[in-house]
Amino acid sequence: MAIERILKDDASEEKGERARMASFVGAIAITDLVKTTLGPKGMDKILQSTGRGQAVTVTNDGATILKSLHIDNPAAKVLIDISKVQDDEVGDGTTSVVVLAGELLREAEKLVAAKIHPMTIISGYRMAAECARNALLQRVVDNKENAEKFKLDLMKIAMTTLSSKILSQDKVHFAQLAVDAVMRLKGSTNLEAIQIIKKPGGSLKDSFLDEGFILDKKIGLGQPKRIENAKILVANTAMDTDKVKIYGARVRVDSMSKVAEIEGAEKEKMREKVQKIIAHGINCFVNRQLIYNFPEELFADAGILAIEHADFDGIERLALVTGGEIASTFDNPESVKLGHCKLIEEIMIGEDKLIHFSGVEMGQACTIVLRGASHHVLDEAERSLHDALCVLSQTVNDTRVVLGGGWPEMVMAKAVDELARQTPGKKSHAIEAFSRALVAIPTIIADNAGLDSADLVAQLRAEHHKEGCNAGIDVISGSVGDMAELGISESFKVKQAVLLSATEAAEMILRVDEIITCAPRKREDRM
Amino acid sequence: MALAFDEYGRPFIILKEQDQKTRLRGLEAQKANISAGKAVARILRTSLGPKGMDKILQSPDGDVTITNDGATILEQMDVDNQIAKLMVELSRSQDYEIGDGTTGVVVMAGALLEQAERLLERGIHPIRIAEGYEMASRIAVEHLEHISKKFDFGATNIEPLVQTCMTTLSSKIVNRCKRHLAEISVKAVLSVADLERKDVNLDMIKVEGKVGGKLEDTELIYGITVDKDMSHPQMPKQIEDAKIAILTCPFEPPKPKTKHKVDIDTVEKFQTLRLQEQKYFDDMVQKCKDVGATLVICQWGFDDEANHLLMHRNLPAVRWVGGVELELIAIATGGRIVPRFQELTTEKLGRAGLVREKSFGTTKDKMLYIEHCANSRAVTIFIRGGNKMMIEETKRSIHDALCVARNLIRNNSIVYGGGSAEISCSIAVEAAADKYPGVEQYAIRAFADALDSVPMALAENSGLQPIETLSAVKSQQIKENNPHYGIDCNDVGTNDMRQQDVFETLIGKQQQILLATQVVKMILKIDDVISPSDY
Repeated sequence: MAIERILKDDASEEKGERARMASFVGAIAITDLVKTTLGPKGMDKILQSTGRGQAVTVTNDGATILKSLHIDNPAAKVLIDISKVQDDEVGDGTTSVVVLAGELLREAEKLVAAKIHPMTIISGYRMAAECARNALLQRVVDNKENAEKFKLDLMKIAMTTLSSKILSQDKVHFAQLAVDAVMRLKGSTNLEAIQIIKKPGGSLKDSFLDEGFILDKKIGLGQPKRIENAKILVANTAMDTDKVKIYGARVRVDSMSKVAEIEGAEKEKMREKVQKIIAHGINCFVNRQLIYNFPEELFADAGILAIEHADFDGIERLALVTGGEIASTFDNPESVKLGHCKLIEEIMIGEDKLIHFSGVEMGQACTIVLRGASHHVLDEAERSLHDALCVLSQTVNDTRVVLGGGWPEMVMAKAVDELARQTPGKKSHAIEAFSRALVAIPTIIADNAGLDSADLVAQLRAEHHKEGCNAGIDVISGSVGDMAELGISESFKVKQAVLLSATEAAEMILRVDEIITCAPRKREDRM
Repeated sequence: MALAFDEYGRPFIILKEQDQKTRLRGLEAQKANISAGKAVARILRTSLGPKGMDKILQSPDGDVTITNDGATILEQMDVDNQIAKLMVELSRSQDYEIGDGTTGVVVMAGALLEQAERLLERGIHPIRIAEGYEMASRIAVEHLEHISKKFDFGATNIEPLVQTCMTTLSSKIVNRCKRHLAEISVKAVLSVADLERKDVNLDMIKVEGKVGGKLEDTELIYGITVDKDMSHPQMPKQIEDAKIAILTCPFEPPKPKTKHKVDIDTVEKFQTLRLQEQKYFDDMVQKCKDVGATLVICQWGFDDEANHLLMHRNLPAVRWVGGVELELIAIATGGRIVPRFQELTTEKLGRAGLVREKSFGTTKDKMLYIEHCANSRAVTIFIRGGNKMMIEETKRSIHDALCVARNLIRNNSIVYGGGSAEISCSIAVEAAADKYPGVEQYAIRAFADALDSVPMALAENSGLQPIETLSAVKSQQIKENNPHYGIDCNDVGTNDMRQQDVFETLIGKQQQILLATQVVKMILKIDDVISPSDY
């Protein structure tokens, strides 16, 4: 009676070839899933959530698609993870990183089938990745010195990023928006300062960048609708009934009149608080918490604009842009820093009233108002714009730029091929495979655009044989074109992150020779 | 199921609900146990050595771990069999004691069991086998002592330590930048080590990770990092020469433990209470200010009002800092943890040269760095990496490297790695076997064979011909009487582990052999397994 079972019931174990197959299959399936969204002519996906209401998202952002998938395959999870990280770190290239990792694994599968040990493949891939990075480094353009040119670079990058998204129709418009917004940040990567407000209605073209700050709130009744040279107090304090915070305190009275008295005292307390706030010499008061009718009325009487219940981010951002501090106590009016702005007014966007702060002290912040036909369009537009903003803000810090349209992949592939020829031993197969995986990206871009990829990539390869060539795939005309002339650029930082994380992920999956799955946690039967 | 009957033919019930239990006895039980132990060892065998493969482990909640650390694999494997659980324990105790060699010890135990099975088949009594193993392990441990080398390093000469850590790291996924990580680990250990007492408190080294960036961005921080930000967004992001008040009381009105009620029945009471409340906040902040604190670190939350008061009085604060971190901060800054505002004094403040907030990537992740502390002994290793799994794996690898460095500081004897120590022991045990009369001789020889299995697995994982390589190395060792020949896993071209600078700590190796022998003895002594049958 041999005991071969050492794991719990329902737990499973897969070994050697089978384990490797399982992870390859999983990773490649994920790759095939997002592959079609790559490039300017990539297609979108509809994602329907299983939650209540079965909300629908239409997107072609790799990270968003992968985030919403429920995946069981461990290798696929690794890929989803890298796409998420790419999103967090650089914001764009989320699809490319998954596709490249998938292609690397696809090539590795062939090599494993040809009896090459995974460790050999890994060391080959490592050499190749290093070589590819260096090749790309040699060809970067850095226009840090020249502000004009750099701005042009940014514009190109934004257009390239946006061209694969829903905004491609108005990409010039949006690229301009994104570049302007990022330039205002002056080198900081804090995208918090850029607020994006979505308002359905109008068309995407009606979206605009506002230099001030827009708060999605209404002005209280009977309060001034327009204030010039506003002094703003940003607060986070209870303006409903101010609770006694001492533990265990409670009101115990024995007659109705006492209740009235205490109520009066409470009111008095609130009145005092309001008086203190007014004593700051302000004409606008923004609170994070609710403002009840009573204090609101008091504010209205004093001619102060009171805005209630702004969300936390809104408050922080407002404090940031107006240069005030978030106050919670009001006893020392002389030392509280007030925020300033030139003009506060109520504006209408579509059918909604919003409060607009213009002429703010800090020039960094700005608001982008997106308009569009439906919520789906707006959501997708926001995601696309977010990608563009991320890439731009990263590029401002790392000003190196490379060309786009499959150009970097071809440059890297050429260098890696060169390396393969010089490397003795089995590793050279792996290095060659790496180059094939790189070439797969322009191939997919061409395929997605409905072009003859085999022909185009062959042409591209021939072009790249010449030194210093700028050839890439021009999807619009469907031929090989000069990327520098067409103004298609990408950020070096994004490309580098794609290359390195994809290699790392592929390596991780390749090293696995056994998958042990624990028994799924038993759900309590609530039925 | 064996049953006993009385003279009337009625069965004696010895065990409770006897008929529902399965029972294995005698040789069968031993064989079943051995095969379970072997199965565990077989899983780990491929993870051994610098070219070992990784395993994917999927937890009951669907989270994925990728690792080749023996202890972690076994920990998460969801093992059901009792004997397999023993193996898991074995690896865990090696992890606690030494921190490294967790895979090796299981492979070793597996090999011993395999040999024991063969001896059992030849009719040797399990206790005799166990005794033979015991003798053999003693010989092996002594021999290890004999071939070990003292190994010199100092606070300035850290190179040998770095080399050792690199050996440990080379079997992990991080071997791409093992040099970098090894240096970090050694520096971290040295900065917390007490070289005179030869002790290292690894608790002083905190290993933190944050997703994003590259592995190469991993850094050693002479101080503490806290995954928190300032309580008020407008507080200063950088404080030099900070005097830190470390509090475990919330910035809130006190809550007496005894049940009490404050009754409000008149307007006056209401107002006094309100004033009292304001005074509380004011007092609290004032007390911190009075003792000269320039930064408040608090275990609890702040009330909005207190928060603003702090901001207002220009006293930056951090809230919701965990207990462990709080302690570390206290150790590092030389401050005392203060449980009550009344007890706050200037002497109890911690000092740090620089406190700064750092943000990462495009998301608004922020971390607080506390550097140049008064007591610079506490350090943090801050890991960056492509994804969460990578960071987890790096954490585990760094932990191993830290343990190795610590062991070397405790005891600076080393043996050479790459299987050379095992081969040398195997030769010694084999030679010693002939001197023992009695059945134990066989067991001792079997032990020698089992020792060979570690280098064999190394060779196998490195894609070499296991038997050919092993016999070649063995003969070389005997011919040249040099115990430094091992398996050339990295294809460097030499078998001499001294030239390759591959070595391991002596205590680690000894522990491996002793622990493995102990567990195997325990398993061999079992001759009856009673388990409730499935229903």
